[in-house]
Amino acid sequence: MMQTAYNFLTGPMVAPIFFGLIKTTFIMTLVMTSGLILSWVERKQSAIMQDRIGANRASILGVSALGLVNNLADALKGITKEDYIPPKANKFLHTLAPFLACFTAAGAFAVLPFGGEVKLPGMAEPVALCIAPMSMGLLFVFALLSIGVYGVVLSGYVSGNKYGTLGALRASAQMISYEVATGLTVLGALMMYQSLDFRVMVQWQQDHVWGIVYQPIGFILFMTATIVEMKRVPFDLPEAESEIIGYSVEYSGMKFMLFLMAEFIETLLFSWIIVLLFLGGWHIPGLHVPEAGQMAPFLGFSVGHWPAVGLEVLAFSFKIVFLCWLSMLIRWSLPRFRYDQIMHLGWKIMLPIALGNVVVTALVILWVGN
Amino acid sequence: MATAKMNFVQRLYLPEIAKGLVITARHFFKNMTLHTLHMFGLAKDKDAMVTISYPEVRRPFPLVSRSRHRLTKREDGSPKCVACMMCATACPADCIFIEAEEHPDPAIEKRPRHFDIDMSKCVYCGFCVEACPEDAIRMDTGEFNLAFFDRKALIYDKAFLLNEDPYAVPAGAVAIKKKP
Repeated sequence: MMQTAYNFLTGPMVAPIFFGLIKTTFIMTLVMTSGLILSWVERKQSAIMQDRIGANRASILGVSALGLVNNLADALKGITKEDYIPPKANKFLHTLAPFLACFTAAGAFAVLPFGGEVKLPGMAEPVALCIAPMSMGLLFVFALLSIGVYGVVLSGYVSGNKYGTLGALRASAQMISYEVATGLTVLGALMMYQSLDFRVMVQWQQDHVWGIVYQPIGFILFMTATIVEMKRVPFDLPEAESEIIGYSVEYSGMKFMLFLMAEFIETLLFSWIIVLLFLGGWHIPGLHVPEAGQMAPFLGFSVGHWPAVGLEVLAFSFKIVFLCWLSMLIRWSLPRFRYDQIMHLGWKIMLPIALGNVVVTALVILWVGN
Repeated sequence: MATAKMNFVQRLYLPEIAKGLVITARHFFKNMTLHTLHMFGLAKDKDAMVTISYPEVRRPFPLVSRSRHRLTKREDGSPKCVACMMCATACPADCIFIEAEEHPDPAIEKRPRHFDIDMSKCVYCGFCVEACPEDAIRMDTGEFNLAFFDRKALIYDKAFLLNEDPYAVPAGAVAIKKKP
């Protein structure tokens, strides 16, 4: 009976749907809870960095679970709060904008792999740990994020509020300027990998070295550009609570929270991409995943196929968590830039350096060979 | 005003960011270690944060600070107050109401029948304490968070002011804060 069910599920017709559903459920759960978990991490980490306690007052039956209940209370508040649409706002676009911002960030996870390949007995093709492996994965992510700009711009523009419009203007200028820089900074790395497919990139890094070794400048520039794309401090000018309230000024309840969620999902997304591009993805130095049924030596142990894949996924998660931590650390350490400083940094500093990085990389590849 | 000149390394900005991140990361790891140790009951003498969890934990006040009034007592438990009206006269907020009556002891002239302080008017200047010739009123209870749902509850009467329990709540009033 079990064997029949296994054969059915791993059959050539059903397997893509079956494993696709499992992988989609896994990623969507991860992405949707990341908003919850990362906002908790942000609160607690900022508190610990500043010698404070952090949110810990909300509790269920006296259990505050280190402040996690606060986030449940937030969700409850967001859902039960009045959803107010200002009379001057365009109702359709006003409702569409937060979903656009959140969806584009979450949708990009479709092409992001979270591990290598798993070989199951009886299956001809190995199962890739990625919902939709795509040969132009990185382009797809960038394309979705460009649409994400619309979410922010629309939200500020259609809400009929001058401050919202100001925030939207700032957001559009900032995000479109830095899209140039974001694209150019990864170009050096892409020339080395010769591919836009994340799995090929990680394979290259497994065969050679991690991308950060050859592209340290690209790494720093890309990380800076991603913080700008996330609109987080020190580049949070579209929101800038203390000067203009920002593009989300006319939103309340869950719609407002969707913007926050989009921000946290993007934090996870960019950490993910940085790990894939520069930190070797799921690669653990010294570990080569053996074929099914064979063993590979690792740190004095010999590991089989399944444990090796599991270890890689764990290492991948660890790298992502570290980058999320780093992004929070930056967010709670640096003061906000002035608007002209952001434009100066983007067009006069990052763009030339990124271009120089591309040229130098190209010359080195030309002379040394890949 | 001219801004301070930055040298080349400072203008690069990244080394300065790295320095700042090192500082915040150091705080993070130090406090995180302490929090973890506290969880296992270790290193309790070292604080991981400067926050005082206010309603449960209170910062000790300096002795000279002025807080809610109280009326001092004689040895027999009756108020020391002789209803001379000095405090009510000195009060700039006009928040003390005294009604005098004859004291049964002929050696003492008067005593207060009513002694009410409207704490919603009081400005905590301490003039009443300065004016009192009998040391009958003091502002040393250390209690300052007078928060009630009912404004009338802020009018403290004689019986309440004689009570030395700083957490006592007048009858009929609902206190927002809990007794620790």
